[in-house]
Amino acid sequence: MTPAELAERVRSRCPDTIVARGDVSTIVDRDDLLETLAWLRDDDGLSLGFCCSVTATDWPGSDPRLWVAYELRSIEHRHRLRVKVGLAEGDAHVPSVSSLYPTANWHERETHDFYGIVFDDHPNPRPLMLPDGWEGFPLLKTEELGGVNTRYKGAFIPPVDTRTATT
Amino acid sequence: MADAPTASASGRQTGIDAVPGEAYVDERTGELRQETMIINMGPQHPSTHGVLRLLLELDGETVIGCTPIIGYLHTGIEKNTEYRTWMQGVTYVTRADYLAPFFNELGYCLAVERLLGIEAPPRAQVIRVLMNELNRISSHLVWLATGGMELGAVSVMLYGFRERELLLDIFEEATGLRMNHAYIRIGGVIMDLPDEGVPHIERFLEQMPARIDDYERLLDENPIWLERNVGVGTLSADDALALGVTGPMLRAAGVATDVRKDEPYCGYETYDFEVPVGTGADAYTRYRLRIEEMRESMKIVRQCLDRLEPGPVMVQDPKVAWPAKLSVGPDGIGNDPAYIRHIMEESMEALIHHFKMVTEGVEVPAGEVYQAVESPRGELGFYVVSDGGHRPYRVKIRDPSFVNLQAVPAMVEGSLVADTIATIASLDPVMGGVDR
Repeated sequence: MTPAELAERVRSRCPDTIVARGDVSTIVDRDDLLETLAWLRDDDGLSLGFCCSVTATDWPGSDPRLWVAYELRSIEHRHRLRVKVGLAEGDAHVPSVSSLYPTANWHERETHDFYGIVFDDHPNPRPLMLPDGWEGFPLLKTEELGGVNTRYKGAFIPPVDTRTATT
Repeated sequence: MADAPTASASGRQTGIDAVPGEAYVDERTGELRQETMIINMGPQHPSTHGVLRLLLELDGETVIGCTPIIGYLHTGIEKNTEYRTWMQGVTYVTRADYLAPFFNELGYCLAVERLLGIEAPPRAQVIRVLMNELNRISSHLVWLATGGMELGAVSVMLYGFRERELLLDIFEEATGLRMNHAYIRIGGVIMDLPDEGVPHIERFLEQMPARIDDYERLLDENPIWLERNVGVGTLSADDALALGVTGPMLRAAGVATDVRKDEPYCGYETYDFEVPVGTGADAYTRYRLRIEEMRESMKIVRQCLDRLEPGPVMVQDPKVAWPAKLSVGPDGIGNDPAYIRHIMEESMEALIHHFKMVTEGVEVPAGEVYQAVESPRGELGFYVVSDGGHRPYRVKIRDPSFVNLQAVPAMVEGSLVADTIATIASLDPVMGGVDR
């Protein structure tokens, strides 16, 4: 299915669907996420049964601040779709899709580690990438780049961007 | 599509969500088993391909629970790219899956090129395919070497690393580095192949088929190799798809999918090659597929050499192309003296341009793309977001090792401890890519 045909078909249920640079992406409401994904997965013409990745982006100062992006792929029909959900600041939770796509389990744990987004009803909501007891969510734009105020054997390591000037 | 195993008939959690330490009912005998033991495999065990830690729950020799623990090698590559220019991003992503650096570079550059709306010149496309396929062979050789060593086939380890050295020499000659090359850049490749590059690749193509035959003679019917691999670490196609597993792991379960065929990039649709598919879904089938993939990669490399036409290797747009020219001097690869003379003594404009391109770099229009390439381990995806500035807003690396590793519990639970090693070896995880 070409991107335009795919977008047309997805638009029958999700009006907010666009084609940009060859990628088809659609924005769905948080409350419709599970039903929409189930439809995308099980519809014979779409068959988006393969979840490649789940991640997020952070846009401080805008509303919604956080966007969760699900990359879906159809192995049978050789097309891809990105599903995005916007989350307002202070209300960063979204239903876990690991019941539909078991592979989302680790992706969602990683996204929680890095962005603090809570995935409701996640079967195993433990830290994955970060050490136990880590404070903060490192990939938020409000967090500084690594090496943050590291104290090691009496030496103090300031954040990298205060050590060297970059663009 | 079947859901992945999450709870067994006894109600005990198994698979990816197992909680170690619970008593459980043996399904065959119906008796309550409580004397299980929890052991740590890793994070320093040499058989874990880096710093992978497995929390195994054992009942005697049988694994009844497995929890992979990762993150020991997390280096913040994704965060770092947000603080550097688009061009510098290549240097970071190449370090993710360190056995397949060209694939990381290619995926990232293709994504950025799609945001910019440009395409690399034909010669650069051919060189990219050439380097990628040589890299696929070198990555599979490391898999063969380490996997063989884990199962006690030490001679295979020596042979695998010996042949990989031939490839690393080719890479070093072309890029200046044995690993983490930063050779593929936005808009093309950083420099053309050296004069001796093609003859050396030709020589490699002559030597290698006999070496691969040797591996097969050593392993194909080796009773120990068969005993350790046949029927070990099975993962059905349905489970693999549900768990997001890609690459040789998925193809060994009979699913013929390869990004190079499904969504061709860099002109892969014009090359003549097969994607080997198996049906055994076990460690032995994966071994067979990877050996076959090495042969197919050599076929592609042969076609690349035949197609190499003279021409530019970087787009001609001065607003995109990296300004510096490199050349090989007596002390190795460095800036071309003629170019240095040009910007330092002849042209103020060239100096300003050079300065702007190096410090600020290319400006990428706002937008987002997801670009997948077929790495030796499966689908390597780059989700790249730009806000219209000089630095990436977000770079997400969908590394196949990370996703494939999630399938380990489903593969090892119910098998023997020793088979865990063979299973992990057949999965070929690279922790640099898993933890990023």
